[in-house]
Amino acid sequence: MNEIAEGLLRAVGLIITMNPEVMAITARSIMISFTATVIAALIAIPVGAVINFSEFRGKKTVINLIQTLYALPTVIVGLFVFLFISRAGPLGFLRLLFTPTAMIIGQTLLILPIMTGLTVSALSGVDQAIRDTLHSLGATKVQFLANVLKEARFAILAAVAVGFGRAISEVGAAILLGGNIRAASFWSSTRVLTTAISLETSVGNIELSLALGIILLLVALVVNLLVTTIQQR
Amino acid sequence: MIELQGIYKRFGEKDVLRDVNARIADGEIFALIGPSGSGKSSLLRLINLLDAPSAGRVLVDGVDIHADRSRELEMRRRMGMVFQKPAVFNTTVYENIAYGLRFRGVPERAIRETIRDVLSVIGLEGYGKRRAKTLSGGEMQRVALARAMVTDPDILLMDEPTANLDPVSTETIERLVHRINREFGTTIVLATHDMVQGQRLAERIAVMMDGTFSQVGTPREIFALPKDRDVARFVGIENIIEGVVESNDGGIAVIDASGVRVEAVTPLQTGVKVCLCIRPEDITLGYARKAGTSARNVFPGKIVAIRPLGPLTRLVIDCGFELVSLITWKAAEELGVQEGTEIVVSFKASAVHVVQDRT
Repeated sequence: MNEIAEGLLRAVGLIITMNPEVMAITARSIMISFTATVIAALIAIPVGAVINFSEFRGKKTVINLIQTLYALPTVIVGLFVFLFISRAGPLGFLRLLFTPTAMIIGQTLLILPIMTGLTVSALSGVDQAIRDTLHSLGATKVQFLANVLKEARFAILAAVAVGFGRAISEVGAAILLGGNIRAASFWSSTRVLTTAISLETSVGNIELSLALGIILLLVALVVNLLVTTIQQR
Repeated sequence: MIELQGIYKRFGEKDVLRDVNARIADGEIFALIGPSGSGKSSLLRLINLLDAPSAGRVLVDGVDIHADRSRELEMRRRMGMVFQKPAVFNTTVYENIAYGLRFRGVPERAIRETIRDVLSVIGLEGYGKRRAKTLSGGEMQRVALARAMVTDPDILLMDEPTANLDPVSTETIERLVHRINREFGTTIVLATHDMVQGQRLAERIAVMMDGTFSQVGTPREIFALPKDRDVARFVGIENIIEGVVESNDGGIAVIDASGVRVEAVTPLQTGVKVCLCIRPEDITLGYARKAGTSARNVFPGKIVAIRPLGPLTRLVIDCGFELVSLITWKAAEELGVQEGTEIVVSFKASAVHVVQDRT
């Protein structure tokens, strides 16, 4: 019990004194996951819109498939990307393995299904009455699409936030593709919050793990607060 | 002018509209009345191009609006529609009303002026910056009406605009409907299941029963001379009695209703099965046949039920067939009516509206 309390205390100390290593890991973690989220959103929102607005055979199956991929294990994504970018893989010549770029690719793929699926739900959640009203008010096709998206904006924002949450909290792909490398320069390093926690715990550096864990929770909290505030506006 | 020509709408196995025909003149207020599920909304949606008919045509000023998809937007922009459940966009009242104008590329300055004016017309001055979702149902419906109005449509379609509103909000909306019609000459097609609202607002009423127009006419025609039993029942005629014409002498017929001989004015000839429609307020009650009464129909009967109904008392009298009569409380007290009281009912031959019974 005492050990945990002491560890917590020192962890808080590390955060308050803005320990350079803790700060670097946090910054890297946020940058990688944020980039992945932006890229995934740029793909998921248009794809989600196309799925929602078009009628085609097997639409239900496609949506079911996407929903199944919500639970995609992170290590599977890691493994999949690893096979492509490892030295022997088809994209090996790009020398991406164990770089932040590789982690961004992994996290993007990981959160694409959930963001696409939630975008589809967000758009289909826009009431038929709203759609009818838009048509009735004389919207062109483009005006119609833009305004349904606009009505669904908060739900889509929530989809993006869920994506970011999954990206920053996953460990499987990050460790497989990043390798948890501790290097001198910021961008050669691939240690992020989750991988660092996993490593530091295994070597008994509990206070650092706890500090990083607290930060991870704080990031989640801040994102959540932001989303709620925007939704209530 | 809107012309509805032989319109059918089929959803799966069910025809929700069957051979609907009507002409609606420019500047007219035309009410569609009928029970829920009779097809009123479906018809309005067809006119607003939200759905296409399975057969038949909707002509607006002679143009078949569903024929040419490239003109769909142009036709739709000549109309406005207010839905039963007011759908407001998740933004301010001002932005909500601006939607149709923005779609039409109206300059921002003109939008501002229009909305300022319309907010005062609908009695929501100072509400421009409020979030529309925070409004009450009646306020939302006024916003929806304003939103349709500001685009200055030739035709305004309203689908049960007051169905979920309290009486005060209903009155406000009804006043606005009148005003829009008078000031802008807007043609208004309004669906309602409230026949009294139809009577208050409309110049002509179409009674919709089971997907088709049972009767089209002025409110007076509909309420005084319903064309058949269903219309009679829907417009609130409580006494609908089945019978057979026994003889007809120059338009005064004797009709056998469960063994009682009722005299009525009708051209229908001997042997025709009929329904007699008698308004409860046309029935007089007394304890004996009044001397010198001109009423041709006088029957002894017995009161079988008494129920208060607002300021009136509703009596059910058995005189061979059951008749409902409405009298004031005071009259009920003076007559001293009770269940089981023997009483004489009388009504004029001209108070009986005879329709052929086709069932």
